[in-house]
Amino acid sequence: MRGKFNILWVYAGFFIIFLYGPVLLMPVFALNDGTFATFPLKGFTLKNFAAMAANTSMILAFQNSLKIAVFVAVLSTALAIPAALALTRFRLPGGAAIQSFMMLPLVIPSIVIAVALLVIILKILGIGLSLFTVAAGHVIVCLPFCISVLMSRLEGFDPSLEEASRDLGCGAWTTFWRLTFPLALPGVISSLLMGFIISFDEFVIAFFLTGTETTLPVYLFSQLRFPNKLPGVLALGSLILVGSALLVIAAEVIRKRGVASSNPGDF
Amino acid sequence: MTDTAASDPLAPARDREVLRRRLRGYGLLSPALSVTIAMLALPMAALFLLSFWTQSGFELDRTPTLANYAELVRPSAEPTVWFGIPFHLAYPVPAILMVKSLVMSLMATLAVIALAYPMAYFLAFRVHRHKALWIILITVPFWTSYLLRVFAWKVVLGFNGAINSGLKTLGIIDEPLEFLLYNPGAVVITLAHSWVAFAILPIYVSLEKIDRSLLEAASDLGDSRWQRFRRVTLPLSAPGTVAAALLVFIPTVGDYVTPTLVGGPGGTMIGNLVQDLFLKQNNAPLGAAVAITMMGIIAVLVALFLWAIGYARIRSRRL
Repeated sequence: MRGKFNILWVYAGFFIIFLYGPVLLMPVFALNDGTFATFPLKGFTLKNFAAMAANTSMILAFQNSLKIAVFVAVLSTALAIPAALALTRFRLPGGAAIQSFMMLPLVIPSIVIAVALLVIILKILGIGLSLFTVAAGHVIVCLPFCISVLMSRLEGFDPSLEEASRDLGCGAWTTFWRLTFPLALPGVISSLLMGFIISFDEFVIAFFLTGTETTLPVYLFSQLRFPNKLPGVLALGSLILVGSALLVIAAEVIRKRGVASSNPGDF
Repeated sequence: MTDTAASDPLAPARDREVLRRRLRGYGLLSPALSVTIAMLALPMAALFLLSFWTQSGFELDRTPTLANYAELVRPSAEPTVWFGIPFHLAYPVPAILMVKSLVMSLMATLAVIALAYPMAYFLAFRVHRHKALWIILITVPFWTSYLLRVFAWKVVLGFNGAINSGLKTLGIIDEPLEFLLYNPGAVVITLAHSWVAFAILPIYVSLEKIDRSLLEAASDLGDSRWQRFRRVTLPLSAPGTVAAALLVFIPTVGDYVTPTLVGGPGGTMIGNLVQDLFLKQNNAPLGAAVAITMMGIIAVLVALFLWAIGYARIRSRRL
């Protein structure tokens, strides 16, 4: 098949350009010395990036996003580990139904999740909006992703290893810490990174559930209305895109490498 | 195994062991399950409940009523005509936006499948080396900020955007093309771009699972490449393709970011109305009724679609 001209290879090339082209224009224009995102490019500058250091409200929003994302990543992963273990290691009646139920946030539009949480927080519980309410909303959208990542990792190695450990006299807790957890570690790290990125980049739920303090995407959205803020938005956007792309690649590489070395001889 | 269980002297002990394992399993599931119940099921129930209350000024009237739903279908003698379709409703905005959102989302879904299927096919049958690298290359954009990917299209299509200024620099146009941004077409393109990476994986998985000997058998029995694709590959990849279509269609009907950023006044969708009713018009109960109705309509359409194509039969067709 190789060496032969193939229309599918051409298609794949155009597809990658279509997928990356619009997004890559953002760093191009961010480094361009002009107030509008237009061709022809005027010249190279770093001033848009330098200006970010003085923007205190942006830095504050960044810190809020960071706090929420770390909290959400840890909490969702901590909830997902036992759930993924239960769904892969125990043949539970109703397990498939429970799994489908927990995967529901994947198909419910986030605006519906956002207003539903808004209703219960404001009208029923009567508590104020804060960074905690944003974090609560993020946990519910991250949880299905974390469970999926961990399940795919746990399905990748042989359960008989755990049975052997139990037969050799280790308790359930020892087996988990000395065998299951080290083997599942790439999945755990991948799940933490995924949870972090999803929460850090999430906009709709944060937009509805944020109080006086904003997250970075909400701050970014508020800036989009002002044409004169465009260079700053492009610079910030470029950094966010590069940062999250690097984290996703790290998460994927760790998860894939983990699967490759899952045979018992490797640890 | 179950036949001999009754006469097996060890059966009671084994049953106890099974029960203990199950209890441990449910115990491990319970934290995640309780969080999902507390933060998804209960809020959805609260939203449902709210849709039966009414807002009068700043007061919330908690008498159960169907008034909000009645408002959505209250008839009027004077029809509001939208694209040649007469809506005989006194408050036609939700109905029109619902139809419009469904049509736009459907178009985006069709575009996504048309773009994603050849790419998934390419990954499954043409890429032999560095497969993991290709998959990472395709999935990375999906995980990066949705808001920024949508905003990127505003940079591309805008009045002073990349396409307009690029074409002007090249001397192809004199005046910026105004039809690029702020219309339903821009929303459909942006939605398709945002979701296409997500749709490739399920299609790819179902193509990858196809037993290659079936394809050889089809060729040996005289099928041309096209016949083989239509009669073997396409039907066997149907479960993944249908799953991909639903994973795109269901969330995009209620999308908020894309119509807000690139839709303009003509490209608004039902999600914008929900946001407007909750945050601007201070009529959360009506907003709740719109959201619940939207979810109900999507659920019914998906169920009808799965029934019409015989999804259960397609999925069970394992060769």
